[in-house]
Amino acid sequence: MKSRQTTASRIFHIVMYLTALLWLVPLLWMVRTAFVPQDAAMNLTTVVAPTLDNFTEVLTSAPFGSYYLNTILIVIGTLAVQFFLITLAGYAFARLNFWGKDVLFTLFLAQLMITPDVLIFPTYQLMVKFHLANTLPGIMVPFFASAMGIFLMRQNLRSIPEELEEAAKMEGCSVWKIIWKVYAPLLRPTYVAFSLVSVSYHWNDFLWPLVMVNDVNKRPLTLGLAVFAQAYETGAQWSDICAATCIVIAPLLFIFLFFQRQFIESFAKSGLK
Amino acid sequence: MKSSLRLNFAEGFCGKREVAMNHKPLKLKKKAVATLTAWALVLPSFIFLCVFTLYPIAQTLFGSLFSESLSQIHAAFAGVQNYINLFQDEVFLRAFWNNLIVALITVPVDIILATAMAVFTNTVKHGKWLVRLAFFYPVILPMIAAANIWLFIYTPQYGLVGMLNSSWNLLGTPSTVLPAIIVMLVWKQSGYFMIFYLSGLQNISKEVYEAAKMDGAGSFRIFRSITWPLLRPITLFSFIIALTDSYKMVDYLYLMTDGGPNNSSNMLLYYIYQTGFNFWDIGKASTITSILVVLLLLISTVSFFRQDKRIVYS
Repeated sequence: MKSRQTTASRIFHIVMYLTALLWLVPLLWMVRTAFVPQDAAMNLTTVVAPTLDNFTEVLTSAPFGSYYLNTILIVIGTLAVQFFLITLAGYAFARLNFWGKDVLFTLFLAQLMITPDVLIFPTYQLMVKFHLANTLPGIMVPFFASAMGIFLMRQNLRSIPEELEEAAKMEGCSVWKIIWKVYAPLLRPTYVAFSLVSVSYHWNDFLWPLVMVNDVNKRPLTLGLAVFAQAYETGAQWSDICAATCIVIAPLLFIFLFFQRQFIESFAKSGLK
Repeated sequence: MKSSLRLNFAEGFCGKREVAMNHKPLKLKKKAVATLTAWALVLPSFIFLCVFTLYPIAQTLFGSLFSESLSQIHAAFAGVQNYINLFQDEVFLRAFWNNLIVALITVPVDIILATAMAVFTNTVKHGKWLVRLAFFYPVILPMIAAANIWLFIYTPQYGLVGMLNSSWNLLGTPSTVLPAIIVMLVWKQSGYFMIFYLSGLQNISKEVYEAAKMDGAGSFRIFRSITWPLLRPITLFSFIIALTDSYKMVDYLYLMTDGGPNNSSNMLLYYIYQTGFNFWDIGKASTITSILVVLLLLISTVSFFRQDKRIVYS
């Protein structure tokens, strides 16, 4: 009985190790293709010295520098406004008892399901009216109020003892000061968790920038990568496309390598409300 | 004695009433102040919510009742005609069906794989760090980058799969395009659900397992009778997220198939993109958006009531 079970669990372990290996194959293969000279790329058995030629080719043929800048502007701009708004709203929902609370909360709940990405068509028409189509702020604005962020803030604010607030009130602190001087410093882990989720969402977003932006110099990385890849329909240029993909995914991948635990915890936190 | 007691009682009653009378306006005032403060704090978020979520939803539901396109510049009231046309539109039905197939296959596969990954990552002794990395890294890649990698993998002659058999053109063949996409989606997303199962596993107390082991239960039995039932809330939650994500994530179509060949990989959101931004059929795009919105709201409402019974919010 016992030996049969250990065999079963051994098989399970072997299968899962193989699955993990299989999961790594796409990444390893792409990185290899990016660093290997073009004519050797298709021959998996030859060992060749790595080269950066593909990367220089990519960087000279497409403005990845400006794509990077745009993505960073979008990600940081969105996050800064989100921080501000979710802290205020999160405090109200966590600590204040007010008329209309439940209705408001339910309305925010709708945004968890109907994210701006689903509403690309009506939102785009709205952006045209606001004269924000084909601009970077146009990409950011629909995401400024984050229901997910508000829920995260509310949940974590509630776990902070209320005595702290009472004490601050006794000393004559205003609500504004209580939020930013008492709570905000204590919410740092929540800010980190929300940042990782928000940054990776907006770094990776594609469909919305695709419909919003026409100009080459306003494209974020994902859009730039897609356009770059589409320029080559035939298979011969895969070395360049792999190099471009590496350029786009490297920052998030490195952050993930160094902060694996925080990353996984943040994603888990933001999902389980 | 008796009367004094009565007096006491009356005093107590009156006293209480007095306090209550004094208190009520105070309480009301307190709540009014709280309401003003709260609304001032929530207002900035609420304005953005109204403008970019609630108004577009209302506008798209309303707009779906009008026909407006490049050939018909002035919107004309059409009633439910847009919906009738849509359900006779083969591409729409195809996209609807494709979405359903992809959801029905990826959701259970994601959940089963995620559970296996979590159980494995939780117990593995060698290379835990690397295993977790392997399972989770696809989650943080942009969908469009994942699409690029898998487009390469599936490319005849040049790609990994293409090298196995040069006559295979998985993305270019109507019968294999959806399975090929499903494989990519499972690779991309199952790690995401693994982390929920991981945190779920860590919440199960060790004593339960020890007790089960004392009773002589094997590891499969323990999994079936303890772990899996206790992870039920996580499974429900993952089910909802996986289901809605399968409708929201369609970026890969832009690079991999453009909905083809012959619409055999088209999906609802991508069809919205095509009708809205390639053909500028405003009435039709609004109608498909409305259907998608209603679908997602339905899923979330059902899940909300089911979750409410099971998950105890902390």
